[in-house]
Amino acid sequence: MNVGLEHYLILSAVLFSIGLYGALAKRNAVVILMCIELMLNAVNITMVAFSRYLVPDVVILTGQVFAIFIMTVAAAEAAVGLAIIIAIYRSRNNVDVEQSDLMKG
Amino acid sequence: MIELAFWVLTLVIIGAAVAVVLLRDIFRAALLLILCFFAVAGIYITLNADFLAAVQVLIYAGAIGILLIFAIMLTRNLKEGSPFSKLNIPALFIALLVLATIVGVVVSTDWTTVTEVPNAVTMPIDESTTGYIAKALFDSNEGFVLPFEIASVLLLAALIGAIVLVRDRS
Repeated sequence: MNVGLEHYLILSAVLFSIGLYGALAKRNAVVILMCIELMLNAVNITMVAFSRYLVPDVVILTGQVFAIFIMTVAAAEAAVGLAIIIAIYRSRNNVDVEQSDLMKG
Repeated sequence: MIELAFWVLTLVIIGAAVAVVLLRDIFRAALLLILCFFAVAGIYITLNADFLAAVQVLIYAGAIGILLIFAIMLTRNLKEGSPFSKLNIPALFIALLVLATIVGVVVSTDWTTVTEVPNAVTMPIDESTTGYIAKALFDSNEGFVLPFEIASVLLLAALIGAIVLVRDRS
């Protein structure tokens, strides 16, 4: 069976949905951040798949450049997000998002 | 050969991702997430993106993986693990809805209509991408020089922000 663009897009859709489910349904903030990384990886797979398969027999580098920028932003997001989680853990002694409701009206 | 690699890597990616969501032990979930990152690097290799595969292993599996394990060590709560919230069922419903929408669009769209892309750097398949990515990033006509500079400012801001957030105030 020939693997084409649709296979990669459906793989990325499944990975994105798993990440979305985890990000919405988990209570531990570190696990939520891990699920967001899964979603960003799914988007990167889509970018690279389009760069390879959108025009047959030629690779369009724009998709890969976008994937590099997404990785940069993901690294910055992970660093700041984990710093925020550690700051929350220091002041409240847990990282449960259901108990982090200081700004609830 | 590419087909076999694709199916094996797909199985590893989906299995590891499901385990990341379902496992109660956060440390094992992080290790499986790193396995998932490695498998995604393999997917990049099947897509003729060798430079991105190397970057994926260095940044995701290396840097972000270590960062996550450090955060787990610093905030570990062994009793609680990683439980589901009370939004479990609605979240599953929303995720399945998103999945059905994307798969429906992907399957019903004809992707063969594009034959040329103007103003983009292109290359023949089965060549190393590194030189072409340098051209696509830094070319003065069709490059991404300004976004590249903005990305460096973003990384500096993230660095300073992370230091300020975890600094001891006393």
